[in-house]
Amino acid sequence: MNILIIGNGMVGYKFCEKLVAKSNSNQFNITVFGEEIRPAYDRVHLSEYFAGKSAEDLTMAPASWYAENNITLHLGDPIAQINRTEKTVDSHKGLTVPYDVLILATGSAAFVPPIPGTEKNGVFIYRTIEDLEMMTAWAKKAKKGAVIGGGLLGLEAAKAMIDLGVTDTSVIEFAPRLMPRQIDEVGSNVLKTKLETLGLKILTNTNTSQILGDDAITGMQFANDSKIDVDMLVISAGIKPRDELAKLSGLTVGQRGGIVVNQKLQTSDENIYAIGECALFEGMIYGLVAPGYEMAQIVADNLIANINNSPLGVRSFSPYDMSTKLKLIGVDVASFGDPFANGEGITSVAINDTNKGVYKRINISADGKTLLGGILVGDAEQYNMLLQTVKNKVVLPPNPEDIILGSRGGEEVAGAGITGLPDDALICSCEAVTKGMICNSVTENNCETIDAIKKCTKAGTGCGGCVPMIKDLVTHTLKANGKIVHNVLCEHFNYSRQELFDLVKINKLKTYDEVLNMFGKGDGCELCKPPVASILASLWNEIILKKGNDTAQDSNDRFLANIQKGGTYSVVPRIPGGEITPDKLIVIGQVAKKYNLYTKITGGQRIDLFGAHLSDLPNIWEELIDAGFESGHAYGKSLRTVKSCVGSTWCRFGLHDSVSFAIKVEERYRGLRSPHKLKGGVSGCIRECAEAQSKDFGIIATEKGWNLYVCGNGGSKPQHALLLATDIDEETCIKYLDRFLMFYVKTADPLTRTATWLNKMEGGIGYLKTVVIDDALGMNTQWEADMANHVDTYECEWKAAIETPELRKRFSHFVNAPEEKDPSAKFEPMREQVKAKDWK
Amino acid sequence: MIAEATTTTWFYACNVQDVPLNGGVCVKYNDVQIALFHFSRRNEWYATQNECPHRMQMALSRGMIGTLGEEPKVACPFHKKTFSLKTGECLNSDECAIKIYPVKIEDGKVFIGVE
Repeated sequence: MNILIIGNGMVGYKFCEKLVAKSNSNQFNITVFGEEIRPAYDRVHLSEYFAGKSAEDLTMAPASWYAENNITLHLGDPIAQINRTEKTVDSHKGLTVPYDVLILATGSAAFVPPIPGTEKNGVFIYRTIEDLEMMTAWAKKAKKGAVIGGGLLGLEAAKAMIDLGVTDTSVIEFAPRLMPRQIDEVGSNVLKTKLETLGLKILTNTNTSQILGDDAITGMQFANDSKIDVDMLVISAGIKPRDELAKLSGLTVGQRGGIVVNQKLQTSDENIYAIGECALFEGMIYGLVAPGYEMAQIVADNLIANINNSPLGVRSFSPYDMSTKLKLIGVDVASFGDPFANGEGITSVAINDTNKGVYKRINISADGKTLLGGILVGDAEQYNMLLQTVKNKVVLPPNPEDIILGSRGGEEVAGAGITGLPDDALICSCEAVTKGMICNSVTENNCETIDAIKKCTKAGTGCGGCVPMIKDLVTHTLKANGKIVHNVLCEHFNYSRQELFDLVKINKLKTYDEVLNMFGKGDGCELCKPPVASILASLWNEIILKKGNDTAQDSNDRFLANIQKGGTYSVVPRIPGGEITPDKLIVIGQVAKKYNLYTKITGGQRIDLFGAHLSDLPNIWEELIDAGFESGHAYGKSLRTVKSCVGSTWCRFGLHDSVSFAIKVEERYRGLRSPHKLKGGVSGCIRECAEAQSKDFGIIATEKGWNLYVCGNGGSKPQHALLLATDIDEETCIKYLDRFLMFYVKTADPLTRTATWLNKMEGGIGYLKTVVIDDALGMNTQWEADMANHVDTYECEWKAAIETPELRKRFSHFVNAPEEKDPSAKFEPMREQVKAKDWK
Repeated sequence: MIAEATTTTWFYACNVQDVPLNGGVCVKYNDVQIALFHFSRRNEWYATQNECPHRMQMALSRGMIGTLGEEPKVACPFHKKTFSLKTGECLNSDECAIKIYPVKIEDGKVFIGVE
């Protein structure tokens, strides 16, 4: 089906996004024609262009996005004509393109009142990035500015004038008050006073009769014959729907503009839809982004449902809530629900704090139970809450004034606050995201930041007004889920790993069963055994296969190897810093050949040998250990590798000997059991060939010493390590690392990498620095001693395993036929080696 | 149960000390692989098929054992699917149940009952 969209503004873009998000790529053939030369950008936040945002920052999606989604995008090419009988359109540049469904998302243009002189230089409209660029150029020599229009858009333009440095600006409004559509007279006066303190002159009840000047504007004359000097004027008095193309094509348009649409957003031609500010629905033009997005969503949903013969009912558009909140030149202004509600029995409560410049009004239903709407000027913090109270008909507390005055003693206001909202309360109206969806993404998808929520649900990505509320919801949900729920190990231990770590240490417990008897209940499980075994190993550094702890190890630890497809294991000898002699390489080759192992270089500069039968493991390790190898702990939640570049020993750029330092560090921390695996890197110069900044700790040579980075990782959520200390010597670097690693080992939750640990740490890297460098917790002496003990007591567990007969005995597949191998382990040839037979 | 018991033949698997405390071993019976567990904390013995039905891997004997409430269970080392040691039923997904075998101990020797 050919879908053609005329107009590439916010709503036109959103339509494309909604359509491709839900449809199969081959269902629709999508073409977009845009009049402007850039792809759709965020017009709502246009004034941020002056505050330093670039055109790219404002772009909704780059041209590449359209290409990736197979959307043909023609920019700078307005449509000249629609041929409804042939179902084609002709573009200005001469293209003729067929359509099955045509979407008009032509938006609106600035409404320019018929005042003589609007053609003069120095008179602008405020609509596109090009307008802004022209304004910026002119403003450099402008001194006295004016804006026609005291509504929402006019005040936005006044803000732009201030940003451009034209601070002596008058706002001229025809109506008796500012923002007549949104706020009442009292609110308007409060706003006026506020704006005047910022240097703006506000002229209400003022009708411009003429723009003065020869080529360029020099002044304005008003209906009451008064004049002002002006050398720059912005007209921002409202919008007028772009319906000229529709009109030309014979579609029905409204008397005062706008393409007439029905509930399905269809125009008078059933194959042509209109969405956004060009559409006239039940006599109303919706000049906000949220209803425009809703229209885009409805048309996209209906088209997809139609093509898929989906049984879902056709969605229709209904009159849209026009509540809005803005920060106008530093002043909060909001109106919600019915801001002017009055009628029999309806009461209003208002506070007017002229001292602070705050005005709040709420309208309450006759029965006193529900909120109908209201106005906030000067302080709109409660906007989201109040809007939700209106939309969800939340029952008001006995003293409804409390919700704007705040509780005055006594209990917290009940019924108000995010907790009182139902799950289906719409929090982000731009993207139609409910409270339930946000809370769910916190609980189910671990979205714990605004950015994560935005990515996951798209909430807060439209106008951004709901962001504070999302923040509260995240905090609230996390609290509600409770540290207890998240942090206890499992049903057998009502403690977090950190609590248990301290308890085990204080009570000097040495086996899993002792810990379970003293602090747990029941008989343990696969969730608590590995973390407790890890705590015991971190604390006492005993051989992990010691009787009583062997079966508490995760199964890879129990067999000191990584189980792979087919039930065979892989073997990774330690190759510190990635440095290996030819002789040792030969041994690895010989062992691999002898036991028919598949060999591969790992990401951590080691060699992995795959396909070892359980009963071969001790023999393989015996040969490796004889050749001087030791366990690489690839199977454990412990230090894996410290990757290095070749450094100053060979490299012409190298500042220090990164390999030697990497080996030193790897050998210091080998065998250290931790909440998750640990990786390190050392680079000999800033070119960073060891990719140290993607490791749990990374060390990079500088002219003066080393820079130490911590808490990075690759994996599913890559994160760069953060700088902990600069230009330190080797000794200091190791001291900081000792402390950092012990702090992590002691406090992180099970299976939490250092990056996640830091992300959750209150105070972040700043706090970590005070702990590791300034000893804020007074633990550093202890941690250094703990690490020294680890280094002193380290022994290779594979060496211990092959030298201890009762441990060695465990490495057989059949207890009653130790010499036999698992017949179900099967291999297939691949590129001169073998691979595991695929599983079902 | 009584009818079944009459047809059960008991074979000698290994000695009690051959099985790690609170852990498992794999026992070969003709071409059948049986996972044998000594849940010493509960003073109980269990035997099940060694194959995990999820990916058809002979690995249950190498899994960690524990309890879910009062139910003794084993977790497959591959993807941590858990199965009841009493009924063989999968406890954390909809894999099919595993076969279970009776176990008896006589004079420090472990016997597994097969049909």
